Amino acid sequence: MDAHAHASVGHAELEIPYNVHPRPDTGLYNGKLGVWLFLASEVMLFGALFSSLILLRTGAESWPRGYEFLNVKLATFNTFILILSSVTVVMAWSHLRLGNLKKGRIYISATVLCALIFLTAKGFEYSHEFQEGRFPKTNNFLAIYFTMTGLHGLHILGGVIVFLYFLGPGAKMWAKEPERYTNRIEIAGLYWHFVDLVWIFLFPILYLM
Amino acid sequence: MTDPAAAVEPGVDIHEHAGIGDPNAHHHSPEQIRREMKVYLAVFAGLAVLTALTVGACYGLNLPVHQAIIVALIIASVKGFLVAGFFMHLLSEKKVIYGILILTVIFFIFLMALPISHHANPFGS
Amino acid sequence: MALRRQIRVGSQWMYADEAHKALREALRVMEDEKLADAHGGHHLPWIRRYVFSTDHKWIGIQYGVTALLFLLLGFCLMILMRLQLGWPGQAFSIMKVLGESRAPGGVLLPEAYNQLGAMHGTIMIFLGIVPLAVGAFGNYLVPLQIGAPDMAFPKLNMASYWCYFPGGLLMLASFTAPGGTAQSGWTSYPPLSVIASQGQTWWLVGMVFLITSSLLGSVNFIVTIIQLRAKGLSYMRFPFFVHAQFVTSFLLLLAFPPLEAAAVLQLMDRVAGTSFFLPSGLVVSGQALANAGGGNPLLWQHLFWFLAHPEVYVLILPAMGIVAEIIANNTRKPLWGYKSMVFATIFLGFMSFVVWAHHMFLTGMGTTISAFFQTTTMIISIPSVIILSSLFISLWGGAIRFNTPMMFALAFLPMFGIGGLTGLPLGLAATDIHLHDTYYVIGHFHYVVAPGTIFAMFAGIYYWFPKATGRKLNEFWGKVHFWISFVCINGIFFPMFAQGLAGVSRRLYDGGMQYAHAKQIASQTNPFMSICAIGLLAAQVPFIFNFFYNAIAAAAGRRDEGLGSNPWHATTLEWAATTSPPLAHGNFEVLPVVYRGPYEYSVPGETAEFIPQHTPVTEPALRGGGLLPATAVAMREN
Repeated sequence: MDAHAHASVGHAELEIPYNVHPRPDTGLYNGKLGVWLFLASEVMLFGALFSSLILLRTGAESWPRGYEFLNVKLATFNTFILILSSVTVVMAWSHLRLGNLKKGRIYISATVLCALIFLTAKGFEYSHEFQEGRFPKTNNFLAIYFTMTGLHGLHILGGVIVFLYFLGPGAKMWAKEPERYTNRIEIAGLYWHFVDLVWIFLFPILYLM
Repeated sequence: MTDPAAAVEPGVDIHEHAGIGDPNAHHHSPEQIRREMKVYLAVFAGLAVLTALTVGACYGLNLPVHQAIIVALIIASVKGFLVAGFFMHLLSEKKVIYGILILTVIFFIFLMALPISHHANPFGS
Repeated sequence: MALRRQIRVGSQWMYADEAHKALREALRVMEDEKLADAHGGHHLPWIRRYVFSTDHKWIGIQYGVTALLFLLLGFCLMILMRLQLGWPGQAFSIMKVLGESRAPGGVLLPEAYNQLGAMHGTIMIFLGIVPLAVGAFGNYLVPLQIGAPDMAFPKLNMASYWCYFPGGLLMLASFTAPGGTAQSGWTSYPPLSVIASQGQTWWLVGMVFLITSSLLGSVNFIVTIIQLRAKGLSYMRFPFFVHAQFVTSFLLLLAFPPLEAAAVLQLMDRVAGTSFFLPSGLVVSGQALANAGGGNPLLWQHLFWFLAHPEVYVLILPAMGIVAEIIANNTRKPLWGYKSMVFATIFLGFMSFVVWAHHMFLTGMGTTISAFFQTTTMIISIPSVIILSSLFISLWGGAIRFNTPMMFALAFLPMFGIGGLTGLPLGLAATDIHLHDTYYVIGHFHYVVAPGTIFAMFAGIYYWFPKATGRKLNEFWGKVHFWISFVCINGIFFPMFAQGLAGVSRRLYDGGMQYAHAKQIASQTNPFMSICAIGLLAAQVPFIFNFFYNAIAAAAGRRDEGLGSNPWHATTLEWAATTSPPLAHGNFEVLPVVYRGPYEYSVPGETAEFIPQHTPVTEPALRGGGLLPATAVAMREN
C-alpha cells in the first residue's frame, strides 16, 4: 500500500490528518481552527447578552450606577487576578513549547489557583448581595448582573475543569505526544483568554457605569 | 511512469507533508519563545495600569454616566486588543482565522444594532 | 466487437473487469476477516461500536433514524390537530391517547391543541429536519464527498449526537409535566411563555441541549471541510452539497447563540423571578404580577428571530444541496450556473442575518426600520431565485432518468417555487399587515419545508440508501410513496393561502369556525385538508416498510450483489469508496486525489459517459466508472 494509506484501515483510533501539524495552505492545525470557531460563537452569545443589557437600560426609566450596589474594590481585585491568570496560562504554554513539562504544570496550576480565587471572591460578592436583600428578581439591573456574571462564572468553572484534566489524567499525553499536548494547552489557553476578555468588558459595564 | 501528485497544483504538496508539517510555520526557536515571554510580561504590566486607570477615572473621579461609558469602553477596547493581539497571538494569526473573526464582528454589529433600532425608531415616528 | 480493456497487475496482464472483480472480492474478504478477528485489537465492544460510535457514518445513521422517528411523531401530532381542525369539537377515540386531562371523552381541549401546535413545530424543526438534514446527511456525506477519513473531531461528533438525543427525550418528557408541555407556540413569546406552566421550562432546557449539539456539530463541519479536504479538492471543485453544508454550519455557529442567551433569560424570568421580558404593570387573570417589571417582550422577539430567520435557511440549504446532486446525476450533465449557485449561497447566508425583523412588522416598529427590513428581505429573495433558476435550467437538454430520487428532486423545484413566491407579500410590510399570523403564513412556510425540504430529504434517502447499505430501496413502492405524497401534500397546504387571504388566523383551535368572516371558508376547506393529511400519513406507510425492510436486510448481510459501489454512475467522491457501505475505518482504501470538477457527465470529447472526480487527467477515462483509476495506476507501477 502506498504512502496515502496511513489514514486507512487497520488503526483502532483513526489518524486524522492535521491534528498536530498544520495544514500547509491554511497554516492551522485542526484544534486551533476549531477553538476559534467556538470562540466566534461565544462572541455571539455574550454579544446577545450585552445587546439585551443595552436595550433594557436605554428603555428603563431609571437605572442604578453599578457601584451603588456592587463591591467595586473586590471586583477590581478579581480583574487583576483574572488578567494574572491569562499571563500564567500563556507562560505555561511557552514553557511547554520549550519542552519543560514541570514549569508548564506549575503555571497551569497557578492559572487554576487564580481562577479559584476569582470564583471564591465572586461567591463572597453574591452572598453579600443576597444578605442585603438584593436578588435577580429585585430589579433588571441586578437581574442582568447576576445572569451575565453567573454565565461568565460558569465559563470560568468550565475552564478550571479542563485545566484540572490536563494536570491530571490528560498529562499522560505528554509522554507519547508532547506536541499534541502542547497544542491542547494552547487551545485551552485561547479559551481562557477569551473568558478574560469578556470580563474586561463586563467589569466596567456592570460596575463602573 | 505517471505520478498523480504532479498533475495537481505544482508546488503545493499537501499530503506529502501530512503528519510532518511545515517546520518553519509552527516551531519557533527557544530564543524567540523567551522573547515572547518578555512581551507577555510587558502586556501584563500594561493591562494592570489600564485597569487601575479605568477604575480611577470612572469610580475614583466619579465621572458622569455618559463620559464614564465612553472612557471605560475605550480603555476596555485597548485592553481587549492587548489580550487578543498578544496573549491570543491574533496579530500573527492566519488569514482563515481573520476571515472568521471579521464575519463574526459584522454579525456582532448587527446584534448591537438590534437595541438601537428598537429605540431609535418607535411606532408613530 | 470492442476489445476488452487490459491492465498490467504486477507482472501479469489481466482483463480490467476481472481485475476489478478480484479486487472487490479481496477487499470484501479482508473486511470480513477484520470484523471477525477477535484478537485484532480494533474489534470494538458493542457499546463503542453502535452506541457511542465515533464513526461519522454510523453517527449519521443514528441521527437519521432518530430524526425520522421524531418526524413521524411530529406528523402524528399534526394529524391530531387536523382532526380537530377538520371536525372541531368532535370526539375521536384516537384523541384518548393524549389522556383525560387533554382530551376528555376524546374531545380535544383548546389548551391541548396549543400544546400540540407548539410541539409539532418544535419537534419538526429542531428534532426532525435539522438533525436529518445536517446531522444525518451532512455527517454521513461530507467527509466522504471531500475524500476525508472521518470528521476532524470524531469524539466531538459523538458528543454532538449525545446532546441531541437526551435533548429530544427531554422535549418528549415535557408532555408529562404538570399542566402539559410547552403551549406558547414554537416561538415561545413572552409574557405568555413566562407565565405558562412547567412544561415551558423543560422546553427551554431541552433547547439548550439541542443548541449545544448544533454548536458542536457546526464547529466539526467547518474544520473538516477546510482542513480535511482531499488533495486537489479546491473550493470550486466541491459538490454543491458541500457548499450548502458549509454555509449552513456558519449559520448554526453564529445565529444559535443569541437564542441560547434568550433561553437563559427566559429561564431566569420563569425560575428566578426576573423581568427581562415582563413589562411593568402586567395583570394576569385580574391579578397584578408581583414582579419588578421594566422588561420588554420585544427583546425576546428580536433575539428569537435573530436565530430563527437564519434557521429557515438552515432548513432549506442542505435540501437544495441534495436536490442539486440528484439533478446533476440524473440529467447526466453538469449543473448550470454552478459558480453563481455557490456565490448565491454565500450571499444568502450572509443576508440571512439582517432580515429577521420581517417577522415583527406588526410589533409597532417605526416605518424607517420596517422599510430597512423590507428592503433586505426583498434583496435576499434574489439568491434564492438564482439557485432555483439554475436548478431548473440544469434540466434543459438533460437525459433525464425518472427514478424515485429524481421524482422527489423534480417536485422540490415547483414546490419551493410556490413557497418562495408566497413569501414575497409577507416580506413587504404593507401586505404583511393583512397576512401576518394568518394561514397564509402557515401555507408559505409549509410549502418550503414540507414539499420542499422534506421531499428533498426523501430524495436523498432513496439516492444514498445504496451507498449506506448496499441495497436499493424498492422503486415501485418509492413511486407510490411519491405520487400519493405529492397529491396529498398539495391538498393540505394550497387551500391555506385562500384561508389566509380570507382572514383566518393561525393557532385557532377550531380552525376559525368561531369567526363570522372565517366560518365559510374554514368549513369548506378544513375537512378536505384533513382528509388529505390522513392520505399523506397513509402514503408514508409504504416508505416506512420499504426503508426498514431493506435496512434490516442489509444489516443481516443481504447485500445486493449486482449493485456495485456506484449504482447511479455518479462522479462525486462518496461513490469512490469501493464498498457499500464504505469501510468502517477511514472510508477509503486509499484517500482519493481529486483532478476534476464534481459533475463531469457527458463531457464532450471524452469516450466515458461520466468521469469520477478522482480520475487522473493524464489517464484515458475508463468507460462507465469501475476500478479506481488511482489504484490502477498504483498497480501498474508495481
